[in-house]
Formats: sequence, structure tokens, C-alpha cells
Amino acid sequence: MEASKVIHAIYTDDDILMSAVKKVKAERFHIEEIYTPFPVHGLDKAMGLAPTRIAITAFIYGLIGLTVAVLMMNFIMIEDWPQNIGGKPSFSYIENMPAFVPIMFELTVFFAAHLMVITFYLRSRMWPFKNAENPDPRTTDDHFLMEIAVNGNEKELESLLADTGAVEINLVDKAH
Amino acid sequence: MILGALGVGYGFMTSHKSFEEVEHLLAEESHHGGEHSENTTHVAPSHDAHAVDSHDDSHSNTAHAEIDQHKKHIEHVQHQIANRPWSALYVAAFFFMMIALGVLAFYAIQIASQAGWSPVLFRVMEGITAYMLPGALIVLAIAVASGTIGHYNIFIWMDPEVVAHDKLIEGKTGWLNLGGFVIRGLIFIGGWYAYRHFSRKFSIAQDTAEDKSNFKKSFRISAAFLVFFIYTESMMSWDWIMSVDPHWFSTLFGWYVFASMFVSGITVIALITIYLKSKNYLVFVNENHLHDVAKFMFAFSIFWTYLWFSQFMLIWYSNIPEEVTYFVTRFQDYKLPFLGMVVMNFVFPILMLMNADYKRIPWFVVMAGLVILFGHYIDIFNMIMPATVGDRWFIGIPEISSVLLFAGLFIFVVFTALTKAPLLVKGYPFRKESEEFHY
Repeated sequence: MEASKVIHAIYTDDDILMSAVKKVKAERFHIEEIYTPFPVHGLDKAMGLAPTRIAITAFIYGLIGLTVAVLMMNFIMIEDWPQNIGGKPSFSYIENMPAFVPIMFELTVFFAAHLMVITFYLRSRMWPFKNAENPDPRTTDDHFLMEIAVNGNEKELESLLADTGAVEINLVDKAH
Repeated sequence: MILGALGVGYGFMTSHKSFEEVEHLLAEESHHGGEHSENTTHVAPSHDAHAVDSHDDSHSNTAHAEIDQHKKHIEHVQHQIANRPWSALYVAAFFFMMIALGVLAFYAIQIASQAGWSPVLFRVMEGITAYMLPGALIVLAIAVASGTIGHYNIFIWMDPEVVAHDKLIEGKTGWLNLGGFVIRGLIFIGGWYAYRHFSRKFSIAQDTAEDKSNFKKSFRISAAFLVFFIYTESMMSWDWIMSVDPHWFSTLFGWYVFASMFVSGITVIALITIYLKSKNYLVFVNENHLHDVAKFMFAFSIFWTYLWFSQFMLIWYSNIPEEVTYFVTRFQDYKLPFLGMVVMNFVFPILMLMNADYKRIPWFVVMAGLVILFGHYIDIFNMIMPATVGDRWFIGIPEISSVLLFAGLFIFVVFTALTKAPLLVKGYPFRKESEEFHY
């Protein structure tokens, strides 16, 4: 296991954090991670993270939900136990379709929402009883923490970070 | 501000074209008059012969009865054909009035909710709402004219003879009478116009004001207007649209019409904004604002579908004869516009505007917007036409020329109003927030 050093710069305001991120990026330092107590709008773009693909998965999950609803209602109401729906005993899925639309809609939303949350948890490597990765508990309250990898240039980095308005700068060992 | 001399020129051009269209339209109307009288004389004798032939002289009584019935039918059809130019005019007039009214409601919501993203678009909205007053008066005038000058061409409950023979309509005369219709209409229009007048006045006064008092006043009347609006809009939809089918009713109708007017209004905001931006009059509007407007187009297209489907499904499921006839007519005689409208107003926007990046591309929003607008024209068409012209519908010269007429008038009024004030609300408290708005 190789130990590497990182700098933790702590900020107390999201606007200051945003301008700090832009400055640090402009100096071409690599920001490992940022911990914030709430989502900061535009931070992902400022950090240069790749755009999220969760929208695409949501669309796919929605289609899966829709398909499940259609197959399920077709089996339950038409094939397995044919029902007389709304006094119109046509026993055809398409002619009874209006009655199934609410279910189709609900399952689309249900699948999209739940699978999206599960995807998000998996993608961010979160599961029950997992220890928090958060290096400083104050980031769950009112502080923002920026983690930057150090490659022997800590003096330069520290002065840059002090300029950007960090209230606290700590050099820490991080076990990998 | 110097704004679009071009905009006005454009408005004049189209409205000029449409004045010719009016002449055309009137000619069309008289032509129709001539045609159907010919039609009657032409068809009636041939049927006489036919009836007499088939039944010979033995059953002269039956034959006679059949001729009577047939005459009635011809009169009915003749009436329907005569209704068509009236209805075409009414549908187009209502459609453009509805856009302006929808924008007025949207504008009031933006002010009442103190939205931060939209103030850069306020002057565009104010321009569009300028059409509300003339548009609504024209709709009311056509409706009243159809019952006084015309032969009850749109609203059959205006015909005292029909009412006398119809228990159901007779029971509704407390609401459905010409006097009440006019008075209610004037109250609606008066209330809407009062709001539009004062909000515009405060908005312009705020440009040069030192303090925020105009903004506060505007905020207060916007909240009050929204309450007034949702009641009057609902009653307006019963009066101006639902009563064309005086036997039929739907408790969801007010909301359904509202959804249609709202989405059309927002679409027109997007179209006019993109147009003005392309002429460099709205440099402060960027793709973030466009994105938000397009989101509204997307969301309210779905909202419209939701209401449309809620109304349809309950009636379809319960299958009560007096309710379900409404949809039976539409499925039998209006299959293409009725189902085509659902495709244009739901399937198309949901697929086109779902992607966040597409909502930021002007030409994409314009194309989607045009389809949505056409879809909602068809929506109004489907509300009015089945009751007035039955299966004698077609989108032909009367329909297209009346759309052109009102489109011309709409563009003329809107762009004239746009020239009257600077295109940016300078003194509005949220102006800076809106200019820097970032998605």
C-alpha cells in the first residue's frame, strides 16, 4: 500500500469555493474530490467532471417499466383471467388500453425512480453499514472541503489555496 | 426603444396579406351560401324520384314520410355546411385569443412567484398579452353575431325554437341565455384587461422608478388576478366552448382548456423570443432562458395530455350515453384530427423535448413549437367542429384563411405592442438575477 499526501482545504462559503475551484483548475492542479454539505450548483462543470449519464439510464428504466406494465396487465387481465372491463367485454388489450394507462404510467415512474436511485448508490459505491468516506465531519454541517493531490509541490499549493480564501489548509497522509 | 421596425414591417406584411384573405373568406362564405342552396334543389328532386320509384304508388304514405325525413336531413346538412365558415372563424379567433390569455396567466404566475429566471422575457410576454383584449372581444363578437346575425350557427341554445323543444336545454336557460352570455363575457374580459392594463403600467413605471413600490403593486394584483382568472377561465370555457354541445358536460373542461391555452402561450413566447433574438433585439436572452421556456413547453404538453386523458378515460369507462356521445362523434367522424392531435401534442413533444441539449437549440425548439401550436389548433378544432358541422368537416379554405387572418392580426398587434416599450425591464428587482440566470 502506497501512502500519498493530499491537501485538505476548507472553505465556509459555496461562492468562495466555486471561485477557488476555478482558480485551482486554471493552475492545472488535480482536484481529487470535494465534500459539501449540500449540492453546489455548477460545481461539477467547474471541476470538469464528465456529464452525468443518469438521464439515459432513467429513460431506459422507464421503458423497462412500461414494458413490464404492458406484459403484466396483458397477462393478468386478458390472458390468465379475461375480465370484462368497463362493461366492454372485448378481451383485447388494445381496446381496453385506456383502462391500463394509469398502471403503465405508474410503473414507468416507479421503475425509473427506484432503479435510478439504486444505480446512483451502486455508482457512488454506497451500501448499508458502509463507513463514511468523508474526511471531516464538519462538511456535513457548514464547511466545504477540497481535496487536492500533492506531488512535492505543497508550498506552491498552500499559498495558492490561501489566496483563494481557504480558512484552513491541512496536509494529510492518505492511505490508498 | 427603436426595436423592430422590421418586426412591425413583418406584422404589416402578414396582416396585409390577411386582409385580402378576409375578402376571400367573405367571398367563400357567400359562395357557400350559393352552393348549399343549389345543393338542396339539386338533391331533393332526385330523391323524390327515387323514393317514388322504389315504393311505387302502393306505399305512398311511407314514401312521403321518407321524403320528409330526407328533407329534414338535407336541411340539417345545409345548416352544418352554413355553420362551417362561422365555426372556422370562431376556432381561429379563439385559438389566438387563448394564446394571449395563456401568456397573461403565465406572466401573472411569474410575477406572483417572483421568479428569477424570466424577467428578461417580460416585455415579450407583455407584447403578446396586448392581443388579449381585441382577441377576446372578437371571440365574443363572433359568438354573439352567430346567434343574432347568423342562424345560430355556433351555439344552438341561442335559438329559442330549439330551446322550446328541448327539455334539457330548457332546464339550463338560467345559465345559457344570450343576455347572461354577453354580461359574463364582458365581466371576464373586463377583469382580464384590467389586470393586463395595470400590470403593464406598473411594469413600465418600474423602469424609471426609484423604489420598488410598482413592483409590489404588480405583485399584489398578480396574485389577485390569478384567483380571478382560474374561476373566470373555467366559466369562459363552459360558455365559449362547452356550450356548443349544450347537452354534454365535463367537470374537467375548464382545466383542460387551460392546459391547452397555457402550453400554446408558452410556445408562442418561445417562438417570438427566438425570432427577436435572431434579429439581435434580445442580446440579454441566452440559451439558458430558452431551455427553461422549452422545459415549460415539455411539462405542459404532458400536463395537457394528463387532463385530456383523465377526461377521456372516465367517460370511456363509465360509458354513460349522454356523456359518451361526445367521444363517439370524435372517434367516428374525426378520427384523424382527434388521434393526430394526441400524437402532435404528446408523443411528439415528449420525444423531441426530452433531451436537455435539444431544448437549447433554437431551430429545434421552433420546429417542436410549430407542431405543438398546430396540435393545439386541432384541439380547439375538435372542441368546436363536431358540435357545429358534424361530419362535414375539412381543413380547407375557410379554416386556413381564418387562421391567416387572425395570425396576421395577432402578429400585427403583438409586434406593435413590442415597439412601444424597451425590451428589457430595467427597474425590475430580479432583472440582474434573470440576466445571469444559469441552468
